[in-house]
Amino acid sequence: MEEKQTSSPSPLPPGGPWQRVQLARHPRRPHALDYIQRIFTDFEEIHGDRAYADDAAIVCGMARFMGAPVMVCAQQKGRDTKQKLHRNFGMPKPEGYRKALRAMRLAAKFGRPIVTLLDTPGAYPGIDAEERGQAEAIAVNLREMSRLPVPIVVFVIGEGGSGGALGLGVGNRVHMMENAVYSVISPESCAAIIWRDAGQAEKAAAALKMTAQDLAPLGIVDDVIPEPGEGAHEDWDAAAANLARMLEHSLASLKALTPAQLVDERYEKFRRMGSFFSETKSATLG
Amino acid sequence: MSWFKRDKPAIAPNAEQDRTVRAEGLWVKCEGCRQVVFRSDLEKNSNVCPKCGFHFRLDSKARLDLLFEEPYETFDQSLASTDPLSFVDSKSYRSRLAGMQQTTGLTDAIISARGRIGRHMVNVCAMELRFIGGSMGSVVGEVITRAVERSLANRQPLVIISASGGARMQEGLISLMQLAKISAALMKLDTAAIPYISLMTDPTTGGVTASFAMLGDLNIAEPGALIGFAGPRVIEQTIRQKLPEGFQKSEFLLQHGFLDAVVPRTQLREYLSKAFDFMAG
Ligand SMILES: [Zn+2]
Repeated sequence: MEEKQTSSPSPLPPGGPWQRVQLARHPRRPHALDYIQRIFTDFEEIHGDRAYADDAAIVCGMARFMGAPVMVCAQQKGRDTKQKLHRNFGMPKPEGYRKALRAMRLAAKFGRPIVTLLDTPGAYPGIDAEERGQAEAIAVNLREMSRLPVPIVVFVIGEGGSGGALGLGVGNRVHMMENAVYSVISPESCAAIIWRDAGQAEKAAAALKMTAQDLAPLGIVDDVIPEPGEGAHEDWDAAAANLARMLEHSLASLKALTPAQLVDERYEKFRRMGSFFSETKSATLG
Repeated sequence: MSWFKRDKPAIAPNAEQDRTVRAEGLWVKCEGCRQVVFRSDLEKNSNVCPKCGFHFRLDSKARLDLLFEEPYETFDQSLASTDPLSFVDSKSYRSRLAGMQQTTGLTDAIISARGRIGRHMVNVCAMELRFIGGSMGSVVGEVITRAVERSLANRQPLVIISASGGARMQEGLISLMQLAKISAALMKLDTAAIPYISLMTDPTTGGVTASFAMLGDLNIAEPGALIGFAGPRVIEQTIRQKLPEGFQKSEFLLQHGFLDAVVPRTQLREYLSKAFDFMAG
């Protein structure tokens, strides 16, 4: 798990949307637990949603950041085949979202900040997940995260796969790693819908504006965190150090806010999102 | 803000959707029982098959006309998307929007209204499936959020009638953020103890289900509606097997504990009126 590997030679133009998708899914890219090991101390995992099961695609735990207690909730992919299956390829089920909400409420109860790490192709699309209310679980997290009276700092570290990622994504600060992506739909699915050809994913990746560099100007992402060299896979320690610096900065900037101000600030942040419409006062209908 | 005249239930002219009444003649073939029914009988029965109870799809205006007994106000009906990503697929998003606006007479996939249901003045948002599959982008997100805020300011109950394939691809992540924006607004409504009832109609999937559609004080659905997070085709591709009969239908969700009730269209007004009497009497 720990050894380094040089990046595979890439024929793609560096910094292009499709190359960033490849980097976000790179087999050697650091996953949530790789960051957790490097950034936090005293990590103690919290298991289970107390209703059905423990979902390994979401990892939650108590930890310390620079000595201070924080709650960490993260989407976790596996690296080898066995781990991938164990983590369900990073695709959470309803019990994962419910476990995370339980952990976040625990943090709120005791006034501890919450840090979430997003890295999922999406919430699991399966029969069991539907039977147990995948949509309901995500929906409740969106509403409940918006009222937690403690700082919430969100990092997209790899793939931010639509509602499955957003289910842990409502924060006072939302940051993205330089080569992370965040999208309403995967480029492959988008291409399949538009051109009936998943092979056109490269074109779709550009059209969807899913990179950190595209999303920051739209007001969806606060800061883009630099990655070392050709990408985070080249130097996990350096990537983690950069993320830790941003976390330190974010927590410091939220420290002065009261619980009510934290909720209001988060609300206003999301309330402003998507003001991309024209409006005439006189138009009528019918 | 404008006023609708209540008129006869409209019929959505969309040949692609088999659940919509489409025949132009006196007779309509029902997809539920395969029998032929009188169009006028169907219309008199809220576009529910009088023989088998099959619920034909309704457009958003027809729904509001059925729901309110009296004339009702509409709000925010001039909001139109400015195409934030300059998205182009088989055609440009701008021309797609223009075409849809022409076809539906709406600027986007929603009508926001306020009118009387029983003893209550209620804000009602009805999604328009014919408008890019009822998908939610910045306009739908903003119109619904404003309706929530209006409910909050005036302490009036809220109903959202969903009919949607989910977030709108052509507005990318901005669409996804509307889930969080509306859900946060509903948090305020919840805190203020103002009633919100979510009605899911055929189909309600994706990000709409994973946000406001599942956040009602009561979550109800029309009979036989497809409701889910992932669409059936995506699930079949993932698990590589056929889905069981009735999977993701209203009755399936009721059985699994995710709906408070399956409410036939003809009983909707009475159901809402009683529920609001209980919550806000
Ligand atoms: Zn019938």
